[in-house]
Amino acid sequence: MKLKLERRVAPSQIMQYLSPLLAVGLTALTGLCMFIAMGKDPATAFYVFAVQPIENLYGVGELLIKASPLILIGLGLAVGFRANVWNIGAEGQLTVGVIFSGVVALHYGPQGGSWVLPAMVVAGAFGGMLWSAIPAFLRTRFNANEILTSLMLTYVAQLWLSYLIYGPWRDPNGFNFPQSEPLAPSALFPILIEGTRLNASVLITLAAVVFTWFILKRSFVGYQLQVVGLSEPAARYAGFNGRRAVWIAMLAGGVASGIAGVGEIAGPLGQLFPTASPGYGFAAIIVAFLGRLQPIGIVLGGLLISLLYLSGEAAQMTLNLPSAITGLFQGVLLFFLLGADILITYRIRVIPGTVKLKKVTA
Amino acid sequence: MTGPVGIAFPDGTPRLELRGICKRYPSVLANDQINLKVAPGEIHAVLGENGAGKSTLMKVIYGLVKPDAGELIWGGEAVAVTSPAQAQRLGIGMVFQHFSLFETLTVVQNIALGMTGKPDLGTLSAQIVAVSERYGLPVDPSRLVHTMSVGERQRVEIIRALLLNPRLLIMDEPTSVLTPQAVERLFETLRQLSDDGCSILYISHKLHEIKALCHAATVMRAGRVTGVCDPRQESPRSMARMMVGADLPVCRPSSIAAGTERCLVVDKLTRAADSAFGTALDQIDLVVHAGEIVGIAGVSGNGQKELLTALSGETPIPEKGRIELLGRPVGCTDPLTRRRLGLCFVPEERLGRGAVPTLTLAENALLTAHDSGMVKGGLLNFGAITAFTHRCIEGFQVKCGGPDAEARSLSGGNLQKFIIGREVLQKPKVLIVSQPTWGVDVGAAAFIRQTLIDLRNTGTAILVISEELDELFEICDSISVMVKGRLSKPIATAETDLTEIGLMMTGLSQRHDGHAAQRGSGDRQ
Repeated sequence: MKLKLERRVAPSQIMQYLSPLLAVGLTALTGLCMFIAMGKDPATAFYVFAVQPIENLYGVGELLIKASPLILIGLGLAVGFRANVWNIGAEGQLTVGVIFSGVVALHYGPQGGSWVLPAMVVAGAFGGMLWSAIPAFLRTRFNANEILTSLMLTYVAQLWLSYLIYGPWRDPNGFNFPQSEPLAPSALFPILIEGTRLNASVLITLAAVVFTWFILKRSFVGYQLQVVGLSEPAARYAGFNGRRAVWIAMLAGGVASGIAGVGEIAGPLGQLFPTASPGYGFAAIIVAFLGRLQPIGIVLGGLLISLLYLSGEAAQMTLNLPSAITGLFQGVLLFFLLGADILITYRIRVIPGTVKLKKVTA
Repeated sequence: MTGPVGIAFPDGTPRLELRGICKRYPSVLANDQINLKVAPGEIHAVLGENGAGKSTLMKVIYGLVKPDAGELIWGGEAVAVTSPAQAQRLGIGMVFQHFSLFETLTVVQNIALGMTGKPDLGTLSAQIVAVSERYGLPVDPSRLVHTMSVGERQRVEIIRALLLNPRLLIMDEPTSVLTPQAVERLFETLRQLSDDGCSILYISHKLHEIKALCHAATVMRAGRVTGVCDPRQESPRSMARMMVGADLPVCRPSSIAAGTERCLVVDKLTRAADSAFGTALDQIDLVVHAGEIVGIAGVSGNGQKELLTALSGETPIPEKGRIELLGRPVGCTDPLTRRRLGLCFVPEERLGRGAVPTLTLAENALLTAHDSGMVKGGLLNFGAITAFTHRCIEGFQVKCGGPDAEARSLSGGNLQKFIIGREVLQKPKVLIVSQPTWGVDVGAAAFIRQTLIDLRNTGTAILVISEELDELFEICDSISVMVKGRLSKPIATAETDLTEIGLMMTGLSQRHDGHAAQRGSGDRQ
């Protein structure tokens, strides 16, 4: 008996949605094996990973507050990915969003009124957009690969933020820790549910889900982006502007990432640190693909990756595992997802035993 | 021209015999119990429409495809051919429809690449010259392939196969890229090979060629053998009936005279080649009147692709006045602008250009017909999209699973009917169609041609670019010939014939166009 991969007549619609579930299952299985190998009790490990982080209201709030930036960035990236524009620099765009909104918050926050927070959101969106406009310009003007340029700009943005926090923005009363002054209350998102850290930034994400769904499914622009992504010659034949598609795709990711950055400093962080996020910009790439580049799927994907962040922390505390466990599970999940995706276009056929043709050499 | 030579089969053992060959692909039974016998020295036609299973059968013989069942008997012995290398050892050679030559290498380097071991290029060159002289296939072994015409490249492929001393040569649609004159030269070579005892399997759907060349024919339809005959005793009509299962449909020619309004005018369009292997356009003049079908004949790769993308706007040209659409200069505008002026275009590549493979038919209707009420205020009007798609599917006899069927699930002919329907339903003032029936079955081809004639009769200016001369003669009011980036003056279809157009395609004759003829042709034959 042997196994053979055989091309399907048409890509399987069921596998399209089954593949992420399969990947999650295989990741869980791999995790289980890993825990057993490390001598941890699998039942405890499962509890720590899947239940403990969200067994109380505070935990659920944490799940949502971490899922929010992942979903928001995932949505922005999905717009681009559908048009075959590979913005890998969301983390950098988030960082510049933090810097731009940070300027507003630190300068005007202490004496400002209710306009400070909306101004921060606008500034953050503008910053992220600006940072994503650079790769968009380089791609449309010089045909420079946006994967490389957007990724490299991420490190530039991170160093820029570090410089500011270690230098001009360092809190004079901060005992020389690399951090800014705490943001004024007018520069913070209001808490939605008492007893949690869940704040109003999730409402922006919620609106973004609806808006993105509408753009992708109901608008002509969304259709044009999709055609550009699926077949460049067909888009050119139809007269859809490829450059415009690159701009829209890059800027969507930039705006979403920038706003997500605002959500971090005006939310759970409450001040600026040299590192703006625990890698949300990169994890959102996994979220977008887990969610099949569909708004609803991205919500589910964001919740899952958010849970992984939380369980990573829980595992550090309860199971004495290193913090790398979060990244490890993210990697394993992406690995299985990409692997399982082959079953969309191929199927596995079991060949019981092949009939040998008579062989006569000439 | 000599008639086909009768072959005597002394001992009656066929060189190749197939018994009950079956090959199933996930969606289709490509070969169903195929039996076939080829005698030594026989030129045996395998006749059938696109998708009849001819190519699969040839791949089975050449070891590229493993059959699910059946026997292959070579010179009386059952063999399993598992690879092309083994097929070549047995003495089976194949010349593919699409050549596999490296353009930047010379003839002898290309041939050496396909051989096992490290042949001495000098000796090999001598062998090439010997074979080419023996079979009337003049080729210079030291020439670079990219400087050669399609006919010359085919000669290289044939010589490559002949150097292995094949006892059976498979030729897959060899004449689809040749001028009528080159076809005649090829036939001389094949007859000589046959006289030397080499069997030939000749794949084609062109009935008159098979009648002129072949000693026997096996007709296939939908994966099965539907008849075995002696083409010399049959009429093209009777063979067509075996191939299609019905009489060949014919188009009704139009009696309505062409209009006089100049709808599409190209004035001395010149453009450098975009790559080393592209073709430069050289002083192209072209006028298409309302209610007229103008055909452009010529072997592909002579600048048709470049001319088409300039006309459609996919690669705009710097001088806007060089192309005029309904009196407006449009040379530097994009495809959408031209489309809104009334230009519709059916490209040669259906999947991936004319239609997005993974999108549904409804979504593909939106691709170009979005101005037919499908988009309101930037939002999609799904009712209008579905209604348009239904009209297209029903009006143009598209066999499919409905508006939600993916474009790639359709057969070539049905997808082409859909794309032409989509463009025609937009009521274009000018329609450009490239290779309208390429790879399309006979019934759909006739339907498409009739659609174009009917559209012409309503006053649309139509430009058709095609490699099929018969098709151009059937539907066009006038024909121009494209050679090496130049376009001849149009000739009224009624005043010319296949031979003249064929001669013009080789670049040797340019009636009405002394200017181009003086500069001579680059075709070295």
